[in-house]
Amino acid sequence: MTQTALRTTPLNAAHRVLGAKMVDFAGWDMPLHYGSQIEEHHRVRRDAGMFDVSHMLAVDVRGRDASAFLQRVLANDVARLGVAGKALYSCLLNDAGGVLDDLIAYRLGGDRFRLVVNAGTAAKDCAWLLAQRDRRAVAVTIEPRRDLAIIAVQGPRARDKTWDALPALRAATEPLAHFQAVEVDEMLVARTGYTGEDGFEILLRAGRAAGLWRALQERGVTPAGLGARDTLRLEAGMNLYGQDMDETVTPLESGLAWTVALGDGRDFVGRRALEAKPATRQLLGLALLDKGVMRNRQRVRCTAGPGEITSGGFSPTLNRSIALARLPGAAAPGEEVAVEVRENWLRAKVVKPPFVRHGKILVKF
Amino acid sequence: MMIPENLKYTRSHEWVKTEADGTVSVGVTFHAQEQLGDVVFIQNPEVGRQVKRGEECGVIESVKAAADIYAPLSGEVVAANQEVADKPERVNQDPYAAWMFRIKPDRPAELAALLDAAAYQKLAESEKH
Repeated sequence: MTQTALRTTPLNAAHRVLGAKMVDFAGWDMPLHYGSQIEEHHRVRRDAGMFDVSHMLAVDVRGRDASAFLQRVLANDVARLGVAGKALYSCLLNDAGGVLDDLIAYRLGGDRFRLVVNAGTAAKDCAWLLAQRDRRAVAVTIEPRRDLAIIAVQGPRARDKTWDALPALRAATEPLAHFQAVEVDEMLVARTGYTGEDGFEILLRAGRAAGLWRALQERGVTPAGLGARDTLRLEAGMNLYGQDMDETVTPLESGLAWTVALGDGRDFVGRRALEAKPATRQLLGLALLDKGVMRNRQRVRCTAGPGEITSGGFSPTLNRSIALARLPGAAAPGEEVAVEVRENWLRAKVVKPPFVRHGKILVKF
Repeated sequence: MMIPENLKYTRSHEWVKTEADGTVSVGVTFHAQEQLGDVVFIQNPEVGRQVKRGEECGVIESVKAAADIYAPLSGEVVAANQEVADKPERVNQDPYAAWMFRIKPDRPAELAALLDAAAYQKLAESEKH
């Protein structure tokens, strides 16, 4: 074990009081679970759970040229964020069209934007954004916000329980549609998430995080760790950066063509590479027909050629193993493939993710 | 840490219990299930299979990882616990009741080579740090 001190979020003490099993996640001391990962998963699908995701970094992008700058560096088009309070999922690409990170961009109002990026890539992302800005000498301020904590409250009852805990939020946040956000009481409350359930992601000053966590817990919101977060997002068919995609693949090979705004002729970083290099692979889902558990990096055999599991695991909702896999372009949902699980070739069915949304199983096999 | 005195243990975190009929029951320890997290799949050896001490003879998979189960003794597999295979969470709920399979030992003397509770406790604690 390395002796390098892990970084801690403002909720570290709260996790320890709850008896969390802590793990090193991208250099951060984070809760894996508080007892049972599967129970936490079910609570989010059926009721409400909360996640400390303060290891993720908010980056404020402000200034006269902020909108033009983000139109240049993001593969999705922030012009789609017409009015304040809208959110957009996008990839950050390098010149070769490889994925540097995936993020959510919020339009806070006027020329103020906020990006929320992954913990493991935060330093790289900030350096990249600063270099892109300096190369173009545009009037943009880029400010990492390590002074903020992020709590995700997710599940069919997440919004109700958040309003129970913070009644003052209700008026401002009840009208929010999916992928909208509002600044209220010095918090940014967004109707977004990484679980396939309804809920909020709340960005607030670090010093207020423990108080909100406690208030939510008193209203019956179950603390959930990174383990449940991973199985929930896998069921929801959402990519995990570093696993389902990285700098060696393009968003077009990662099930994210819908996030690449090519139609408008906009010149963004990576565009030329994407247009020059059509995707030969695609990211699809697998449901295991035999008994066992698919794991990351296992080999897949399709009619059209070989593939590889990028995220494999056990789905508590389906009570069977599911995976995301990078497969040949000719593979199609409905096809039966073979997956090499511990030296045995097991049968799996190709499906189109998501596997689960809003508590309902969406795939047939 | 829960380590019953009346059981024997392996370095690979199986517990071994001698039954009244001379067969031995095999499961995984409290420490093992704690490290694995929620167990979601168990593959037991086939009844009738001859196993050698230290041979891979089963698989236990959790939400987090897969682990091999090794035969603690040489002998014939005389029973496999279908109830635990159907309800793998039993391993987390009560690891010392959730036996996975039973072996009729060829050489009961091999039992003496296994760890006792005190020796296993030392091993498990050394792995925690």
